[in-house]
Amino acid sequence: MAVDAAPGAGSSRGARLRVSATFWRRPRLRLASLVGPPVGAYGLVYLGSLVVLLISGFWAVDAFTSQTVHVWNLDNYRTIFSTSDPTYWRIIGRTVLIAVAVTVADAVLAFPLAYYMARVATPRVRALLIVAVLLPLWSSYLVRIYSWRTILSTSGALNWAFNGLGLPDQHLSGTVWAMWLVFTYIWLPFMVLPVFAAIERVPDSYLEASGDLGARGGRTFRSVMLPLALPGVVAGSIFTFSLTLGDFITPALVGGGPGTSMIGSTVEANVGLNVPLAAALTAVPVLIMAAYLTIAKRLGAFEAL
Amino acid sequence: METRGVRIGLGVWTLGVVAFLWLPLVVIAIYAFNSSQIQSWPISGWTLHWFRVAWSSPDVRSALWLSIQVGLLATGIAVLLGSMAAFGVHRFSFFGRESVSLLLLLPIALPGIITGLALQQAFTFANQQASWLPGLPFSMLTIVIGHATFCVVVVYNNVLARLRRTSGSLVEASMDLGADGWQTFRFVTWPAISTALVGGALLAFALSFDEVIVTTFTAGAQNTLPIFILNNINRGSQLPVINVVAFVVIVFTVLPVWASVRLTHTSGLSRRN
Repeated sequence: MAVDAAPGAGSSRGARLRVSATFWRRPRLRLASLVGPPVGAYGLVYLGSLVVLLISGFWAVDAFTSQTVHVWNLDNYRTIFSTSDPTYWRIIGRTVLIAVAVTVADAVLAFPLAYYMARVATPRVRALLIVAVLLPLWSSYLVRIYSWRTILSTSGALNWAFNGLGLPDQHLSGTVWAMWLVFTYIWLPFMVLPVFAAIERVPDSYLEASGDLGARGGRTFRSVMLPLALPGVVAGSIFTFSLTLGDFITPALVGGGPGTSMIGSTVEANVGLNVPLAAALTAVPVLIMAAYLTIAKRLGAFEAL
Repeated sequence: METRGVRIGLGVWTLGVVAFLWLPLVVIAIYAFNSSQIQSWPISGWTLHWFRVAWSSPDVRSALWLSIQVGLLATGIAVLLGSMAAFGVHRFSFFGRESVSLLLLLPIALPGIITGLALQQAFTFANQQASWLPGLPFSMLTIVIGHATFCVVVVYNNVLARLRRTSGSLVEASMDLGADGWQTFRFVTWPAISTALVGGALLAFALSFDEVIVTTFTAGAQNTLPIFILNNINRGSQLPVINVVAFVVIVFTVLPVWASVRLTHTSGLSRRN
């Protein structure tokens, strides 16, 4: 090996070899030096922050200065889950309803598209369609919501199209319907990709077997394709549901009318006024998602991700 | 199993949904060239005037510069931590290995408002209450930390997927032929993972460049480009400049993603073979 090399060149290679050998002999050391820094950084910064957030939910706020005071109490949770004042219950209920409506609309829009991508399109067209779905997914989320704000505005593109068709002006801006439309739009790619992956994994032989056993197209679709594609739909719904629960940009840009407060926008509105209440409120989407993920796991969604 | 009619129906549906996905991007791209200051559809004429106005605005320039700096720094941290974690998880089996993926995924699985508010509270706590912790005033550094938390998983996923597809016997062969750890990395491992790493880095940059929710909680007085858009959205006179900025943000996010897709040939979500 490098034993006969010139001393100057050999020493740096020698040192390198010694370091290599040390790491090779001590796999635990290699493991610790690779996984230690990222996990340590996450444990400290991210999990530490989440713990602070959880704890802040049990603190109070000074009514005059809006400063957090460290008095342990359950008042924030009593306010949110109040039996006499349904304000927060209404906000939570509205948010969950919108999240469900968005998930259903996305599933309906995405399924035929994903089916076409997976089973009808030629490989070239399929690659093109994947890019056509991926680019909007990754391109600016804020800009796309802002664009909808201009489209839905009184002198926007939607009214121009409506007038061209001889229809009267729409006044969607600021309503729950506008939020539903924009949420459906924004999270649609998150539904398309897992459904596509699930449909693509269904073996052709299953469908042929169903046909050989006498099932027609519709029956094969209902009894073979749909049950096998369902985990993909549930996987997509994890995203559409979770992202809707915490969002406050969409309510801020296209909502804002009466009866359009959501969990995310209420948290955001309380950040300057009552941080402990905002912190307690963030526990709501976490609890809802924990319940949702438990159900999703039963339906086999994690295998479809 | 599909009849001709079903196929045509599916094709039409697909076209419609893809058009729906691209419509807002096209609309904002056209508005950026609107010659009128009034935001109404269709635009009255074409001009590059607002690009000049935006470029000469010190607010826009400083926001653009900050977004680029934050994106590069957050991407750097993500590449470092994400690839380290990917190598560790791929090469070793250890207690809690499955939890590493979950831990790194949490910041994008939980709504952004939770990550944002949690970091904001932690920074405030460290600054005001805990004198034993290093103080960290809200600055570019806090924005970078916020962005890095959700960028790491992108690089991690990309590199890990590539490592799983690369045969381990290549590394063993290299060692058997007398290469040391560094040479094996340089001539065997690196060529195998480099495109995945660059692809992941491009996605991380795109993710950071347009992030708005976590940024609103971790920024001090500084504006990134998306925060600039958010702050000026209700000022009618600023809308033409916002359209230009929005167009630039789209270009800055779409181009890296397109390049990343070309580099990695994946569908973005992992697919088992």
